[in-house]
Amino acid sequence: MSPLSRREFVAAGVAAGAGLVIGFYLPHRGGPQPEFFSPNAYLRVTPDNKVTIVVARSEMGQGVRTALPMILAEELEADWKQIEIEQAGASTLYGDQTTGGSASIRTTWDPMRKAGAAAREMLISAAALTWGVPRSSCTAENGRIKHAATNRSLSYGELVSKATTLPIPTDVPLKQSKDYKIVGQRLARLDTPAKVKGEAIFGIDFRMPGMKIAQLARCPTIGGKVSGFDDKESKTIPGVSYVGKIGDAAVAVVADSVWGAMEGRRVLNVTWDDGPNKDLNTAAVRESLKQGASKKAASLYSAGDAAKAGGRRISAEYELPFMAHAPMEPGNCTAHYQGTKCELWAPTQVPQDCRDSVATAIGLDPDQVKVNVTLMGGGFGRRLEHDYAVEAALVSKAIGAQGINAPVKVIWTREDDMRFSTYRPTSLHQLSATLDGSGLPAALIHRIIAPSISGQKGQPVPGGVDPDLPDEAGPVYAIPHYTIESVVTETPVPLGWMRSVYALQAAFALESFIDELAVAAGKDPLQYRLHLLAKDQDLQYFTTTWKTARMRGVLQLAAEKAGWNKPLPAGHYRGVACFGCFASYMAEVVEITMEHENAQPRVQRVVAVVDCGQVVNPSILEQQIQGGIVYGLANALRAKITIEKGRVVQGNFDDYAPLRMDETPAVEVYAVPSVEVPTGIGEPSVPPIAPALCNAIYAATKKRIRALPILSS
Amino acid sequence: MAEITLRVNGSERKVSVSGETPLLWVLRDTLELAGTKFGCGAGLCGACTVHVEGNPIRSCSTPVSQVAGKNVTTIEGLAASNGLAAGQLHILQAAWIAEEVPQCGYCQTGQIMSAAALLSKTPNPTDEQITSAMNGNLCRCGTYERIRKAIHRAAGAIERPREIAKIDQEKRGNGGAR
Repeated sequence: MSPLSRREFVAAGVAAGAGLVIGFYLPHRGGPQPEFFSPNAYLRVTPDNKVTIVVARSEMGQGVRTALPMILAEELEADWKQIEIEQAGASTLYGDQTTGGSASIRTTWDPMRKAGAAAREMLISAAALTWGVPRSSCTAENGRIKHAATNRSLSYGELVSKATTLPIPTDVPLKQSKDYKIVGQRLARLDTPAKVKGEAIFGIDFRMPGMKIAQLARCPTIGGKVSGFDDKESKTIPGVSYVGKIGDAAVAVVADSVWGAMEGRRVLNVTWDDGPNKDLNTAAVRESLKQGASKKAASLYSAGDAAKAGGRRISAEYELPFMAHAPMEPGNCTAHYQGTKCELWAPTQVPQDCRDSVATAIGLDPDQVKVNVTLMGGGFGRRLEHDYAVEAALVSKAIGAQGINAPVKVIWTREDDMRFSTYRPTSLHQLSATLDGSGLPAALIHRIIAPSISGQKGQPVPGGVDPDLPDEAGPVYAIPHYTIESVVTETPVPLGWMRSVYALQAAFALESFIDELAVAAGKDPLQYRLHLLAKDQDLQYFTTTWKTARMRGVLQLAAEKAGWNKPLPAGHYRGVACFGCFASYMAEVVEITMEHENAQPRVQRVVAVVDCGQVVNPSILEQQIQGGIVYGLANALRAKITIEKGRVVQGNFDDYAPLRMDETPAVEVYAVPSVEVPTGIGEPSVPPIAPALCNAIYAATKKRIRALPILSS
Repeated sequence: MAEITLRVNGSERKVSVSGETPLLWVLRDTLELAGTKFGCGAGLCGACTVHVEGNPIRSCSTPVSQVAGKNVTTIEGLAASNGLAAGQLHILQAAWIAEEVPQCGYCQTGQIMSAAALLSKTPNPTDEQITSAMNGNLCRCGTYERIRKAIHRAAGAIERPREIAKIDQEKRGNGGAR
């Protein structure tokens, strides 16, 4: 898919509002005894009344294996209890299958609804024909077509053979939200029982007969290579059957067991050619951002003319470090190369990219590579990369060349995950504002200086704008003269898309700065924000129209639920922030205590309000928002990847420490009731939490935090 | 290589591995009990938590030789170790379902094993006791609040003797997890 990357394509599809063009395939009509009714690639009904819905996005915890089927089942008027689900592997039937950009619901909302509605209409026609009654006298309800006048009904399974003979309608009526029975309900996730019983199969759990395990020693210096290796000791480890170079920068040790592979790698002797980055360190990266500040910026958003506004001028700089996704399940993938084909079992957010990258790496055509998608122990964007899949395929091919025809599971350790990740870009933000006579900004300029993730991966950066910024750095307020601009810098440090991507950086800078302006104006920070949102206005940012009314709505509800105007207990302090990304609106109020002004803030309570249009499953929404806030608090407090001598310093959960239970606040989640088209929910709760927390710290200490993480500031 | 005998989930299992192999890999690789997870390999995250003689331990950092001859309970045997019949859920597993705790679910078996060890000694824990018992178990999805609720729910249920929440374990029970 060139020249747009898949991720861009998702964004473009969402922006166009039309959903993606979906490959409706020809239905299976079978012979006289059809095996199933499948009017489109998402649905299969069998004569034994099994209703199977295919999920063409990847489950990494965000609930797609429940929420997406709910959308189709709603239009199908299915009996939710009879739904079974099937995970799609890499396919040509579903358009782009990338799971990212908080886009799964956004991009499947229309196709899943239409798929369910088309099937429903066909089943109604099938029943009407069976009974010889008008279609209009038949209704679909709870997995059956009913004819009320004669009190007859048929299950969907009973209608399979008739339905398969009917034409597939192209223009089908969709339900109104007031008639929803499934969408909007707190339905239990379908994947929960297996997960609590230890029966869920994640990528790392996949096994098959004769499978080998591989561990790779990778060059610890960014951009370095293998210059030589000695495998004598590795080969003394029981079960080690192969040691060999994979690509330029890694040596694989293949064994019969995980521990054998780990031990084989531990005693492997590799000499590295450190390459061009052996002197790289965090200070040099920081310097490159500072230098970027003087470069010409590309415009992201421009209202009025910020340079012309006169008044009191305030400016500040904010900085953020590299961060790592660190999902609980370390990287892994199983591959079986067999000459003219290769099959993979991959915990991946991008099955199609895995297929294509693997095909290129091992010299096959994409249609010779089959990718099965497993459950994922978290993704957070790390599994938008295909490195695990390519490694597994290359190792399977390499041992194949040695006469070992076997599937290979590559397993990364936690240290591998931490040191060979693709990191959230470090960034520098320069903000300046001119305040009018009432203390409100007449002008605001936000300059984002950061390396481009897509640019580093060789994808287009049209007009000097990273293709993610249009979803993640938009304007929040109706400020008369408002400029958002970006400067793309270069870094050899591998970059990746990490939960909420650039929105985390943009929100931290903007929402801390707005707080600074409120303080300078002597105004309450909530009221200050509401003033800037007082007028109903559409802010057009690339293809998204941000509505001040909806942002005002989430802020007002958050203030009300948090009791913003009520006094706090002694020693408690509050901060607020709001932000919009992935087409959703989010406001968060944080309440903290601090034992003394240099102590770690204790987050006592968070009130989070989202406007994401129609809510599909409130329980899953609550999970995503609570989880995003816990993730965002860890980012704010401690997350920092540093580089020394060209190597990532951090290695495990001791020096890169996620939040634990003792630091986790109660998070109250509210959604603004809405029947608008659903928008993103996996990521929007992450960005506001850092500035809300920092604004609370300012309220407590009068110290402004301008660099993350908080605990090393 | 050594022949080591363990008692895993009530059955005697003989394994032929080197004695320093972490129990985690013996369980996952040799005995094919994949419910116990690998998260950090350093005793920092708790995803690999199992019970040895009823006490929670980090199987990633426990050489198998140390547990020779001992009773090991994994998530697969948790319900049975509490006297429940096949197919029944441990009270905590039922509470985890009722509170919809898991998101990605990867750490949850370790969380449940830590919680089970807590409840076996402290049947009705306070918030502080829960935090202290569960603080070694990381969750990147941020499910801690629901974990706390589920433990309280289970603790409440334990007060009613032998009552096990009946959870619908219909055919779709694995949610397409395979």
